[in-house]
Amino acid sequence: MASEEMEQLVRREYKQGFVTDIESETVPPGLDESVIAFISQKKGEPEWMLEWRLEAYRQWLKMTPPSWAHLDYPPIDYQAISYFSAPKKPEDRPQSLDEVDPKLLETYEKLGIPLHERAALAGVAVDAVFDSVSVTTTFKEKLFEAGVIFCSISEAIRDYPELVRQYLGTVVPRSDNYFAALNSAVFTDGSFVYVPEGVTCPMELSTYFRINAANTGQFERTLIVCDNKAQVSYLEGCTAPMRDENQLHAAVVELVALEDAYIKYSTVQNWYPGDEEGKGGIYNFVTKRGDCRGDRSRISWTQVETGSAITWKYPSCMLRGKESIGEFYSVAVTNGRQQADTGTKMIHIGEGTRSTIVAKGIAAGRSDQAYRGLVKIGPRAKGARNYTQCDSLLIGDQCGAHTFPYQEIGNSSATVEHEATTSKIADDQLFYCRARGIDEEDAVSMIVNGFCKDVFQELPMEFAVEAEALLNVTLEGSVG
Amino acid sequence: MLEVKDLHVTVEDKAILKGLNLTVQPGEVHAIMGPNGAGKSTLSAVIAGKDGYEVTQGSILFEGQDVLEMEIEERARAGLLLGFQYPIEIPGVKNIYLLKAALNAAREARGEGEIPAPEFMKLVREKSAEMQMDTSFLQRAVNEGFSGGEKKRNEILQMLVLQPKLAMLDEIDSGLDIDAMKVVAKGVNSLRSADRAILLVTHYQRLLNHIEPDRVHVLVDGRIVKSGDKSLALELESRGYDWVLEESVA
Repeated sequence: MASEEMEQLVRREYKQGFVTDIESETVPPGLDESVIAFISQKKGEPEWMLEWRLEAYRQWLKMTPPSWAHLDYPPIDYQAISYFSAPKKPEDRPQSLDEVDPKLLETYEKLGIPLHERAALAGVAVDAVFDSVSVTTTFKEKLFEAGVIFCSISEAIRDYPELVRQYLGTVVPRSDNYFAALNSAVFTDGSFVYVPEGVTCPMELSTYFRINAANTGQFERTLIVCDNKAQVSYLEGCTAPMRDENQLHAAVVELVALEDAYIKYSTVQNWYPGDEEGKGGIYNFVTKRGDCRGDRSRISWTQVETGSAITWKYPSCMLRGKESIGEFYSVAVTNGRQQADTGTKMIHIGEGTRSTIVAKGIAAGRSDQAYRGLVKIGPRAKGARNYTQCDSLLIGDQCGAHTFPYQEIGNSSATVEHEATTSKIADDQLFYCRARGIDEEDAVSMIVNGFCKDVFQELPMEFAVEAEALLNVTLEGSVG
Repeated sequence: MLEVKDLHVTVEDKAILKGLNLTVQPGEVHAIMGPNGAGKSTLSAVIAGKDGYEVTQGSILFEGQDVLEMEIEERARAGLLLGFQYPIEIPGVKNIYLLKAALNAAREARGEGEIPAPEFMKLVREKSAEMQMDTSFLQRAVNEGFSGGEKKRNEILQMLVLQPKLAMLDEIDSGLDIDAMKVVAKGVNSLRSADRAILLVTHYQRLLNHIEPDRVHVLVDGRIVKSGDKSLALELESRGYDWVLEESVA
């Protein structure tokens, strides 16, 4: 065997061995400096990274959880969480699909998820299926040729420490908020992307193609940097509802766009929302922020939020560069007992900056959701423009939708427009469709998809199709 | 084809129809006329299955089936189609998409497969031309931003595509200028056939100059008080409704 091949093999085994090591190690629940040191050591991190984490931890200790959101949940016991997310032992997981919430399985059926993937998604103890290995390899080769770096954040810290050090925490500072500070102290997974100057990433990047991404971490950290004139489209998430034993998810996503760079970040979030009473659902407390650092740069967030028991999420843009552009297109759907407080912040700092916000909220069942948006125009943002449109659609009479728009205008030459509507899914619209022979559920999905069209057309093609199917499944049975 | 017997309907505990009888045979065009508030629109709404109308007595049979036991969409698929007085706007949903979904729902109920796309496009283009509607209407959201006349033409377009057995047209002439009315009337006339019936609900005789009815019924205070041929409509036009009412009381 050639030495080169040998080396590759060894490296590969190391990766797998690395995973196995994690499995054999467990950290007792609780958080203190020694746990953070353990995580850092496990990840083979350099000294500066450990210091960075510890500093975040010390700040977190001084902070209190936010209470301003329109959400209701019992206090979280942070000492009851295990911070080195050792994968569940097979014997602790459901042993077969028979033990999984039948509703969840029904949903897989409706979304057309292949049988062998259902078990993995539902967290059943099965051997991982690596049918995508060859795809992944071709994928990696193509990216390598283009000079694009796409790897896990842990690999990036080891292999590209200068890049990580230069950008990590510069968009979302460690002390930004309670959950961001916690994430900074204990994050163990996530993605790193660097697109070099002038390169348009040859394909849409998706976490799906990242080896070891099958188990999404509880505290994910994602950092995407687009150098001058570079472009990338990044897809996060999966339309299949993911079951996870970790109830609290506190991710941080940082995007940096330098001059003339364009980052498009699309999310389809469909975490397990819990059973009909809302039990067992995920708490999704995420900090996502993009920094349009260079002139004429552009960052676009598109999200479809259908899952989780509780969502607390405000993908934002800091428009520093002259004539930079920030966009936020969102569809948030809540049903059952779900709660969502979501929205965006557009901070206009540079001259001639522009932002667009299109937020669509759909509430059904006994769910409750809020749109919370801030448009801030700084004193130097001459001629800045914002357009905000947020519409809520209520299905039934036991759900709620609230809109909290905030505007801070520090420059009189700015133009800020805001349009908001709240409507009930109209009985006469339903009757009209049904009187044409279309059954009630199809009519609801037709009306709701029409309502979301402005956002869906921003999604990459294959995501848009899945998003529609997902919306239909989420809202199933919400009428009548 | 349609047999309405002793129909009593209340809306929010108020009696609107009080023992209405009506029989419609295939191939016939019936006009229901009457003063405002007589219950004309209630009749077509009840047949279509709209919520909020309570049938307290009587029956509606369509081709021998008990209509009141059928879901709204089942009635439509069986061939009972209502053209709205005020067509509803559905933002973001393309007109052509609604048409296709409706057509396929009816085909599926008949055990036919989905209509092949080329065949559907050909059909829709042809019918749009008949209604003098530019094909760009098909790509627009259902009734959104349509003028009053465009909405009514769109209702008839749906009828032409869906080919119901019984087309109920509620005040299809309201708000139309004479040119638009001619286009609508032409569309309705093209629906006439030996195996199809049409029920026109209208306040004015004007429409009946363009669509000649076989039978005219006068609906007053929840009952059909007089029936006749098309000459009855002309008489109503010249004499108003009062004499019919007096005659029926007498």
